[in-house]
Amino acid sequence: MYRSHVLVCGGTGCTSSGSQQIIDTLESELKKNGLENEVKVVKTGCFGLCALGPIMIVYPEGCFYSEVKVGDIPEIVSEHLLKGRIVKRLLYSETVSSESTDVKSLNETQFYAKQHRVALRNCGVINPENIEEYIGMDGYQALGKVLTEMTPEQVIQCIKDSGLRGRGGGGFPTGVKWSFAAANQADQKYVACNADEGDPGAFMDRSILEGDPHVLIEAMAIAGYAIGASEGYVYVRAEYPIAVRRLQIAIDQAREYGLLGKDIFGTGFNFDLFIRLGAGAFVCGEETALMTSIEGHRGEPRPRPPFPAVKGLFGKPTVLNNVETYANVPQIILKGADWFASMGTEKSKGTKVFAVGGKIKNTGLVEVPMGTTLREIIEEIGGGIPGGKKFKAAQTGGPSGGCIPAHLIDTPIDYDNLIAIGSMMGSGGLIVMDEDTCMVDIAKFFLEFTVDESCGKCTPCRVGTKRLYEMLDKITRGTATLEDLDKMEELCYYIKQNSLCGLGQTAPNPVLSTLRYFRDEYLAHIVDKRCPAGVCKHLMQVTILADKCKGCTLCARTCPVGAIEGSVKVPHVVNQDKCIKCGACIEKCKFGAIIKK
Amino acid sequence: MKSLEELKAIRDKMKGSVILREENGDNIRVVVGMATCGIAAGARPVLAAFTEEVAKRHLTNVTVTQTGCIGICQYEPVVEVFEANGTKTTYIKMTPDKVARIVTDHLVNGNAVKEYTIGNL
Repeated sequence: MYRSHVLVCGGTGCTSSGSQQIIDTLESELKKNGLENEVKVVKTGCFGLCALGPIMIVYPEGCFYSEVKVGDIPEIVSEHLLKGRIVKRLLYSETVSSESTDVKSLNETQFYAKQHRVALRNCGVINPENIEEYIGMDGYQALGKVLTEMTPEQVIQCIKDSGLRGRGGGGFPTGVKWSFAAANQADQKYVACNADEGDPGAFMDRSILEGDPHVLIEAMAIAGYAIGASEGYVYVRAEYPIAVRRLQIAIDQAREYGLLGKDIFGTGFNFDLFIRLGAGAFVCGEETALMTSIEGHRGEPRPRPPFPAVKGLFGKPTVLNNVETYANVPQIILKGADWFASMGTEKSKGTKVFAVGGKIKNTGLVEVPMGTTLREIIEEIGGGIPGGKKFKAAQTGGPSGGCIPAHLIDTPIDYDNLIAIGSMMGSGGLIVMDEDTCMVDIAKFFLEFTVDESCGKCTPCRVGTKRLYEMLDKITRGTATLEDLDKMEELCYYIKQNSLCGLGQTAPNPVLSTLRYFRDEYLAHIVDKRCPAGVCKHLMQVTILADKCKGCTLCARTCPVGAIEGSVKVPHVVNQDKCIKCGACIEKCKFGAIIKK
Repeated sequence: MKSLEELKAIRDKMKGSVILREENGDNIRVVVGMATCGIAAGARPVLAAFTEEVAKRHLTNVTVTQTGCIGICQYEPVVEVFEANGTKTTYIKMTPDKVARIVTDHLVNGNAVKEYTIGNL
């Protein structure tokens, strides 16, 4: 028996900031103090507060140490774990109260107070490489219940009643999808999981795989039982090495415990699961392309119908859901459809995980009930925008989504509201932008991404996105005309209506939504040849104010391209032909004499 | 896994372990003074004895933890028991031999062992 558990985050974020070295040092320090049989070190998945990593939580006190360094470990061991004196200077500042000596619970901090964890409930709590810890948190109970007490029809009805909708972006009712696949007769059916997660900025699926891989295995087995499938495939990108390794460990353990394989729980139900690695092409997140890729072909989409529920993997009926969708399933089975349906809004039930990034203090993963407003996520949970800057817009749904401008910050977020304001849920990436962000530049950034990722099979997407990108580029260079703007809008609708798959059909969304809410910025670029946010390099000039310049020569020495001319104690001048507008001189100038406009 | 019973057995075995990570305000807290004075007076074996005894009896509602010096160094090793209703019992000059009785009488049956407490000086 261990009297204390030290949980160290082993997610990708904290691993890259050195959590493995912390675990190693911790273990050797514990040994040195003879505590190795009293204190257990657990490498968990992501806690969500990635901005403060590496993160460490000590139970039973529930102390939350943030930004821990290897050098801090001896102190934590000898003071806290041996003598019981909490090392206050290393605690997450929000958990330390200035008035009292009490340490606040993590659940009372702004970041966690409004969160409600369903899909992420075990992330950061259990050791993902130990199946018994998952079982200790009621893991595989739902599978047991389904196999021994419920018919496949009852399982599907339960998922339908819960109102669970696809968390990968589309928002299609999961129970309905399952019922289609169940209704189709075939000698073999498949359950597949989309863990390709290609949206820039989204990483909730990765975190679930890293922090709680067994939940996916359990849910896919339940889906297999519901539709009558005995095999499943998880399509995960090879760029997620930690997730792939832990999922493989989890699958091996589940097989060893007889929770995958033949005759599970003695009920005669057989189910096994396999991993297929993707090379990281964005288009492979599209369901038909994903299945083509699993089959061993080049990952290109095909027209629908037939839908996967009719003709999916290897031509057989297939259910394909995203990781986060599956992560909700065991809880729905155990706690009931009503419990799940009690959270969220009328048409969007349950919770949603958002990967919050961009210009925000608490970068990380948050799980909130559907219907939470953007303001609550950004200002309360996210801790607001650093540097006192003003909130300008948030991009949801990545390159397929759109932006939500500041005046809509109080919109309750659910599938339908986001569509109504011209964005979409997407997989849940939420990129926060402040007043220093140029909306035209953002649209161009996402278009550049889709141009790269377009598979090239259909012309509207392959050629259309490229032309669209060129038009945006022209605007940011200040050489576009108002006629170009009209043409660009027309091209957007053309691409949307004529592309083969979701990638092309949604690619113009960032342009359309920024045009809808920030047309004035486009006009400023085109008519006034000016970038209001001061981002587009071609529309700015770096100039030295002669009255403020002391002629110290610092800027001239800093300039990487030798664009600043002048002699000592004489005001300097920027040679506009050479200047690359990098801004290095502005940072160096001690007199605030250099400006960008 | 051939039966649900097997699964339940693993769950019950693990429950005692992972429950430590749930912040549960209703738990009885056994706090052992582990400052330099406590350690010098032999608090380590006392702490270990509590951990073992609690584990042996599968007391999932008990948290064993440690704290710094509370100022009565001459009575170390000091162990304080905090119950959910707010009562605090202070045991002094603890030894590993006394632990089993405190666990049975106090933690399980709710009767503080008077003769080991500070009030019995």
